[in-house]
Order: sequence, then structure tokens, then C-alpha cells
Amino acid sequence: MCLAVPGKLLAAEEREGSRLGRVEFGGIVCEVCLDLVPEAVPGDYVIVHAGFALSRLDAEEAERTYQLLAELEQAANQTPAAAPAAPDPSGRM
Amino acid sequence: MAQFVCPVPLPAKDKILLGHGSGGSLGAELLRRVFLPAFDNAILAKLNDQAILDVQGVRLAFTTDSFVVKPLFFPGGDIGSLAVHGTVNDLAVGGATPLCLSAAFIIEEGLPIETLEKVVASLHRAAADAGIEVVTGDTKVVEKGSGDGLFINTSGIGLVPADLNLSADRAQPGDRLLLSGSIGEHGIAIIAQREGLEFESQVRSDSAPLHGLVAAMLAATPGRDSIRCMRDPTRGGLSSALNEIAAQSQVGMLLEEEKVPVREAVKGACELLGFDPFYVANEGKLVAIVEARAAEQILAAMRAHPLGRQAQVIGTVTAAPAGMVSLRTALGTMRIVDMLSGDQLPRIC
Amino acid sequence: MKYVDEYRDARLARGLVAELARKVTRPWVLMEICGGQTHTLMRYGIDELIPSQIELVHGPGCPVCVTPLEIIDKAIYLAEQPNVTLVSYGDMLRVPGSHTDLLHVKAGGGDVRVAYSPMEALKVAGALPERQIVFLGIGFETTAPANATAVWQARRQGLKNFSMLVSHVLVPPAIRMLLSSGRNRVQGFIAPGHVCTVMGYREYESLSQHFRVPIVVGGFEPVDLLEAISMLVAQLEQGRAEVENQYTRSVTRGGNLPAQKLMEEVFEVCDRKWRGIGLIPQSGLRLRAEYAAYDAEKVFELQDTTVQEPPECISAQVLQGLKKPTECAAFGKACTPERPLGAPMVSAEGACAAYYRYRRHAGAGN
Repeated sequence: MCLAVPGKLLAAEEREGSRLGRVEFGGIVCEVCLDLVPEAVPGDYVIVHAGFALSRLDAEEAERTYQLLAELEQAANQTPAAAPAAPDPSGRM
Repeated sequence: MAQFVCPVPLPAKDKILLGHGSGGSLGAELLRRVFLPAFDNAILAKLNDQAILDVQGVRLAFTTDSFVVKPLFFPGGDIGSLAVHGTVNDLAVGGATPLCLSAAFIIEEGLPIETLEKVVASLHRAAADAGIEVVTGDTKVVEKGSGDGLFINTSGIGLVPADLNLSADRAQPGDRLLLSGSIGEHGIAIIAQREGLEFESQVRSDSAPLHGLVAAMLAATPGRDSIRCMRDPTRGGLSSALNEIAAQSQVGMLLEEEKVPVREAVKGACELLGFDPFYVANEGKLVAIVEARAAEQILAAMRAHPLGRQAQVIGTVTAAPAGMVSLRTALGTMRIVDMLSGDQLPRIC
Repeated sequence: MKYVDEYRDARLARGLVAELARKVTRPWVLMEICGGQTHTLMRYGIDELIPSQIELVHGPGCPVCVTPLEIIDKAIYLAEQPNVTLVSYGDMLRVPGSHTDLLHVKAGGGDVRVAYSPMEALKVAGALPERQIVFLGIGFETTAPANATAVWQARRQGLKNFSMLVSHVLVPPAIRMLLSSGRNRVQGFIAPGHVCTVMGYREYESLSQHFRVPIVVGGFEPVDLLEAISMLVAQLEQGRAEVENQYTRSVTRGGNLPAQKLMEEVFEVCDRKWRGIGLIPQSGLRLRAEYAAYDAEKVFELQDTTVQEPPECISAQVLQGLKKPTECAAFGKACTPERPLGAPMVSAEGACAAYYRYRRHAGAGN
């Protein structure tokens, strides 16, 4: 339902009664309305949906999650029996 | 809880939609329903990008293409250069050396002559760079409101070596799929200019003539049979080109997602719009189906050429499921790469 | 792309799958609510990766799929008016109404335009003062703040030629409806991460307690979904029933307060009919009376219609997770993306479209 993408806020300005930002998504830059995330400042990442920033991405939480998952993956590597079976393409639907 | 509700099926579609022109399955259906029955002949039935004719012992390739791009000028090119590259490439992927072009202009009343001059100059430059000339043409003007400023049709003739037979029905299980470079650039460069979707992008159209790359590939092949067919994946993207070949040859294809190059900026735009790069148009790339034992050689020749530096082996032809293109994802799971029905539309969902 | 690629990392995915395999001891039925999550599951073949004891069923989280037929018909009616420009998100253009769809109306000469953001519709209204601009404002709570902003700005700018045809739906009442059904098999839910980015997840706590089901707020990338599934399975195996948050980089318990405030200012809760499901009380949003000048229903005096639809397709059961698309007799035959019988085959996030595009292997309803 909700195609929302994280992008980096490059710059912000007030225009026509709104706070608008230039947000970079992997090499393209789009104008995004920042009215719903007043705390976002250039350098932050924001999650954008339909031209609006909906949240300021919590970089610490992202890092924490990533570390946890990386540790999980390490643990899995050390347990040979944990390797999942090869996927069967003929359709387990 | 209220009764379950379901929609009635739509009555038979009786109008042409924009989607009929986007290189997907709607267009394919139009071909089957209207054009093929009318122009019933063996050459057309091959559904290659060009027709190969035997004319008194000489093999000629003949192709035509119309260009309706909006906006007329975009990063990396314009309708003029595109009109040359598109037709040169349709000849090139048939193994033909391009000889000459025709150019027919349908101009909307009110178009500034300066715009026309710019386009024509660009077209001339692109033709000269490709080593060919525009030898005949036509001009028509339509009333204001009947067109997007300018439409161009180009037709091209080329010479095909006697013993070369590139055709979409020749793919065989075990063959390798080679892609000349990263996908999605032309389509994203265009859509970045469209109203309502404006974004700054460093994505430039990849519009380029491929006959030099093709010549290098042919020179590198051990045997004339080694390259089964080639396509330039324009409207409908890589997916349409591969699905068409899979259907014509009645083979399956297995792609490796990790092997298909996509530039960061194209990825970013696709993420934002909800597009899949596999369906986005390219105008300077080709995909080749080649015999497995020749793949390394041909790949090396591609990478040695300026237009093939990022070339990759992206997959294999399989015996089954016939007509179906599958993909192994980055996670090692399998999914289908289907033919799109119409245009991709920016989505929120 | 940062904060995207990491969550598509194959090694992290494998680590989670191994963890799942270790934890699961019994069959469990899980549901993801959001169409975007369905799309990811199908596109990356997550159901192939996870242990076979875990069954994933797909919920009604596709706002395109559940937009009532009456709204589509109203949008089509408006688009056919000579002085109206209808602006819509791209997803809606191919959805079949009773007789046609917006794409066909466009082909017939109607001024139908696609926008990525509702603010584009405001720009069009400013540029074309002689035309009436109507924006088709659909979506879940994720999209409501954007649509609310457009209406709020229209009023602030004093626009005289802009209105919105509103059809918003809310997720928690839908989950309540599913859980209250006697036929519910779902034992754990993945809540939609972007809806919860806006609304927070407080509303899910009472659902979780009342029905004793675990609910995990999940993101949209394969690693997010695998982690959410893992957290659900852990709860189920341990006999817990709580609300947990996997998508911590975007979701907080309270959600986005400025967004909620704006929604509260512009919209009010109402009953809403969900296509394929029926009426769910207090499950929708409509414009408040103060914004009547921007409510297309009022501006154009649209009549309320009830469209009776014979059950040609089983989208009702698919949207509630009772049947899989492949169990529909029409799937892949009478019903394809080119000729959809129902909305789940049209929308990119619809379960039927996802199955058709990614899973239509030979022999499975081809």
C-alpha cells in the first residue's frame, strides 16, 4: 500500500507557506514537502511517500537492527545444520 | 457483514489505448489481432526487428520505426538523434551494415521552425556519425492539437552477410544471454522531464548507434551460427525483448538478478515511482543470445568496445517452461519476469 | 541505495531464515496486511525461503483493490465531464469500474492525468483556473496526510476550482473485522509499517489483547519481513500475544503527530464500503463539513449509488486471506492483468497481480 522510500535531505526552504526540501534518492533529487516532519534537518534521511516526508529515519535504530541481524547471520554461519534447503522453483504456492 | 461484491467483467475493448504502444502484451495482442492477419507473410511472421529479404542474390535488411517521444529534447539526445539510432539499431541487431535512411516528418502546425532546424541538425549529425545518409524523405503538417509538436518516421536499409541468420526463433537450450550494459536509462531520462514527475536527475538517455558493437561481436564469433539473435530492448524494456524471443523460440530463460547492471540513479528513480527497471526503455543497449562455448569470446569483444564496457552474461536459455522468462533473485529464490500489459504508471501502492 | 540495499542483503536474509528454522516447531498461519508487503514477499520469493510450517496469507491491504466500485464510477463520471480535469495516482487508472476504467475515459478524450503527489493537482488548479480540478484521494492512513495537506492548502490559497473525491480506508477496523469472522485462521499479523509510521501502533494494542493475537509492525524490504515473521513466530511459540515493532527506523508507538493533527483537522471517521468485502463500520475517512467546498461529492452533487455486482470473481475471499489467487477458477484464464475481472488483478499490490506476475509457473493456473 505504501510505497515510501528513504532519501537524504540535502536542503530545505520555506516557500508558499510550506517547508520544502530537496531529497536525494540514490542519485536523483526530488522536491519533497517537509511540513509533516518539522524536525528533519539537512543531512537527515527521511521516508517519502507521494511527495511527502512521513518520518525522519532513525539512524541509530537502523544501525542497531543491522548489527543484530549481522550477528544472527554470523551465528547461522557457524551452525552447518541451520542452512536452509534449496528453494524449489516448481511452485510451493 | 454485507454481501461480497465483485466487479462485472469489462465489455470487449474497442479503443486503442496508450498501452497498445508501450511494447508490452497489449501491443503484442494488437499485432496478433489486427496486423498479422492482414499482412500475412512468412517474413513478417518472424516478428524480428527487421525484415531480411533476398533480392537477386543480395541479402537486404529493411526496417521502419516511428518516433513519438515527448519531450522532443532530453538529456542525452532528442527526437532527431533517436530517430537515427532506433532504426540503425533495428538493422544492426539483424546483423546488417546500415546503408541509408529515409526520414518522414509529421509536424504539428505552430512548431517553431528553429525547433525543427535543431532536430534536423541533430538527425544529420547522428546519421553522419553512423556513416550513413538520409536519401529520401517526406513532410506533412497536421493541425494544431493533433500531435506532440513533431513525429518522425525513419526507414532503413542495410546489407546482411550471406551466411548470417540472426532470428528470434533460433534460441536453443544452453545458450547464454549477453547484455551490453546497464538498463533503464532512456526511459528514466524521459520520464524525469514529464510534468508532475519532475526530478533532477543525472540520468541521460543511452541513445546510441550499435552497429559498431555488433560488428565487433560478429568478428569475434568462432562460427556464423554462434550468435542466434540480438534485440535492442526499447519500449517494454529488457523484459519484453526476452519474452518475445522466448515465445518465438519456444524456450525458457533463466536470468540472474545480480548480473543485470542498473545504475544507482536509475534504481533511485524506479524506487520512487514504483517502476521495475526490467520494463524501462533503452535506446543504446542490446541483448544477444549466443552459443555457450562462444560466450566468453563475444563478451570480451563487447567489453573492448566503448558501448559494451559494462557487458555481462545475465542468464541462460532453458528448455522449459517454454515461452517463460524466470529470474533468480538476489536471495536465491525464483520468480517470473512477465511481459507488461501496458505502460508502467507511477504508483503509491 | 542507503537504508534500502542493506535490507535486501542475501546473507542477512539467510541468517534470519536459519533462525526461523530453529525456532518453529508447529504450523502457524500469518497474515501481512499491506499490499506493498505482499509485493515484496512475491517478488523475492520469501514464501519459498521460510520453513514450510509457516503459511502466509495476504490481507486486504491494497487501497486500490478495496476502493469501492461506486467511487470508481463517480471518478469516471467526473472525468467524462467536459470542464473537469481528473488527477489521480497512477495505480487507479486501470481499475475496472462498472462499465469502463479511467484509462479508457482518457482514450475517449477525457482529461485524466497522473500525479505522483496530490500537490501536483493543486498546481494544475492554479494553472487552469477555467477548469474544475478533481483529485482522486484514495489510500490508507499513509496517504491521508498528503491528501489532507492538499485540501488544507487549497483552502488556505482560496482555490475555487479544486476538490477531492475522498475514499480513505483505515487498517485497524479491517483487522478487527477479520479477527471477528468465524472463519479466521490467521494467528499472527504483520502490521503495515508505513501506516504505522503515520499512526503509531497504539491502536493495535487493544486488538492484540482482545483477540490474543501477536502483531508485529513490519517494514517493506525482504529482511524486514523476514525479521517480522521471525518475531511473530517467537511470540507464537512462546504463547505471547503482544504488539512489537520491527520497523524501528521509521515507526514509533505514537506515530507522526503533525500528520495526525492535520488528518484530524481535515477528515473525520465514517463508515466505508470495502470492495470485495462489504461495509466495515467506522473504517473510512471523509472530509469534514467545514471543507465541503473542497469535497467533490458535494461540489458536483454526486448521488449515492449502490452497485450490485454478481460474484464473477472471488476477490472477496482473496482479500480476506481465505483463498489464494491460484485457487480461483478464473485466475490466469478469464482473469489476467490485460483483462482483469477484479481489482486485485489490476493493482500492482493486489495479491492476484503479484501471483500472476511472479508465480504463474506452468501448471499453476496458467
